[in-house]
Amino acid sequence: MPGPVIDCRNVWKVFGPLTLGDFDRIRQGGASKDEIQKENGCVIAVADANFSVEAGEIFCIMGLSGSGKSTLLRHINGLIAPTSGQVLIDGEDIAILPMAQLRSLRARKIGMVFQNFALLPHRSVIENVAFGLELRGVERPERNARAHEMLKAVQLEAWAEAPISELSGGMQQRVGLARALAGDPDILLMDEPFGALDPLIRRQLQDQFLTLCRGLKKTAVFITHDLDEAMRIGSRIAIMRDGRILQVGAPHEIILGPADPHVAAFVRDVSSKDTLSAKHIMTAAKPAEAKALARVKGVAPDTILSEAARTVAREKRDIPVRDDSGAMIGVLRIPDILGALSGRGLHAEN
Amino acid sequence: MRKTSPEHNTRVLPVALFAILAIAAAWWLVPLALPDWLTKFPAPKGLDNAAALVIDDAVGWMKKQWVDFFDVFTLILRTILTVIERALVSTPWPLTSAFALLTAWRLSGPRAAIFTAVCLAYLGLFGFWEKSMSTLALVAASVLICVAVGLPLGILCAKSARSKRLLEPVMDVMQTLPTFVYLIPAVAFFSIGKPPGVIATVIFALPSMVRLTALGIEQVPAVVREAADAFGARPMQKLMKVELPLALPSIRLGINQTIMMSLSMVVVAAMIGAGGLGLDVIRSLQHLKTGQGFLAGLAIVLCAMALDRMVRGKQPGRPSGRK
Repeated sequence: MPGPVIDCRNVWKVFGPLTLGDFDRIRQGGASKDEIQKENGCVIAVADANFSVEAGEIFCIMGLSGSGKSTLLRHINGLIAPTSGQVLIDGEDIAILPMAQLRSLRARKIGMVFQNFALLPHRSVIENVAFGLELRGVERPERNARAHEMLKAVQLEAWAEAPISELSGGMQQRVGLARALAGDPDILLMDEPFGALDPLIRRQLQDQFLTLCRGLKKTAVFITHDLDEAMRIGSRIAIMRDGRILQVGAPHEIILGPADPHVAAFVRDVSSKDTLSAKHIMTAAKPAEAKALARVKGVAPDTILSEAARTVAREKRDIPVRDDSGAMIGVLRIPDILGALSGRGLHAEN
Repeated sequence: MRKTSPEHNTRVLPVALFAILAIAAAWWLVPLALPDWLTKFPAPKGLDNAAALVIDDAVGWMKKQWVDFFDVFTLILRTILTVIERALVSTPWPLTSAFALLTAWRLSGPRAAIFTAVCLAYLGLFGFWEKSMSTLALVAASVLICVAVGLPLGILCAKSARSKRLLEPVMDVMQTLPTFVYLIPAVAFFSIGKPPGVIATVIFALPSMVRLTALGIEQVPAVVREAADAFGARPMQKLMKVELPLALPSIRLGINQTIMMSLSMVVVAAMIGAGGLGLDVIRSLQHLKTGQGFLAGLAIVLCAMALDRMVRGKQPGRPSGRK
């Protein structure tokens, strides 16, 4: 079995003039972030980040502004080199890669989408989409054909010859997405791509992104400050604060078992009704119950919480969870459902 | 590290200024017999002459040492000038005019073309055609050199803070040193005629080109540069495909400035034998012929304005879509 596509090991990034002694002190926890910043003007942007992303995963990094998430993202394509630690792409440490090879890696393997679109205003839509291929030296007919294909994928083929300035924000970001996909990269880096868009457009683009990502089997690292967005599209989520990764886990793991008070504070306002499903909150059935529930209408393990809650409301009692074969695999109890809906971590109480 | 306290500075300066003014006022009100060394700056005798002589010697030495270099340089300049001037002067005027009008139309639209036509008509009707072609040859050569040298220097300034720090004071001197000061050595090195005129013009106009090119490149948004990097652009690709195209409006303004400044040097260049329209102005000045001087001056102004409108490009104009 192949290893992870992206593997960050003990990544540290400190901006500013840092001596080795200082760095050792920070690493051993001897000096706090504020102390170091006051003493010699160094800013710790990323502190000991560890995570890996498997092929086909959408890995979200969630944090507020200044948490170091964008800096961490830029380590993955070498736009920023780590102060210490390793960034492995398909097992290759890119921090020590020669510049020419790093450029080739960026051009072929990694596409990037930016918060402010970062399109080239002097070029038409199609020239923007074909930009990466042009840099690689692909001939015009070939790169335009490919760019047209990508524009079709984001439903903008009618705008191919238009100047960028004629497009709305949402359309511009679809051009950004098409540009990133045009080089057929394995990895997509999304730097708060939908943060600048209004909620309705954001939702549409999230769906479009998910469809494209799954259809084309891309691995993506997705930065966001919006936990709802992270829950919606992330297969797994890393929560960052002050340069540190506080917790990594699947959405339901984070909602049900926040690792520390900061994560719990983030999670408090998340609407768990669309994020959790029956299998996450069911408990094992007692033998006596099994019989009593045999005739009660059940739900599938993947039923989302809001729907399961409706069924419980109709039945007015605990309901069974049944798998495809109809066998009962657990029970959804009313207190658990109410607990989950009110946003409190259940297993934390046990 | 030296720490300057802003409060300290702001207090000392006004107090010192006030004290100096008070002393000066007291002197003026109560005229006292002051010793000589107070009323006259004690300048050592002969220092100025000695320094001037040293500079003279240095120029003379350089002229002797690098005579071949200067000769070759002058020859190159003269060749460029001759080629351009021949092309402009010997082409029949209808052809030149048609070319100018078409260029104006293509680059900047019908308005610019009409304005150019008016200017050309003036030059022809008042007998300035040949002289203005000769002047334009001088301007064209100066602008060519300014762009050829200024564009790379501007890029260098934008890319390297150290080069910028080095070039900044040099460019300040080039822009502020009175023209006549370097006109004399220019004649010494390049003899009289058009080549020293071009050199003087380039010294005067080059800094604008460098500064505006650098400004244009520095203004390219960081995130667009980052995008180019993220897609694997090599430094040269980034420059050619992202930075220069985005800096183009500023670079175009630089070229425009260079043209204007070159035309403003035409009269000065005529003083060292560059001929053309500038010579007419100087002759009128010498013979106190106001009318002729005015006509020749207007010809220079119209040349400048026509070129400006031609090169400026299509103006976005007022936003017509919104009302």
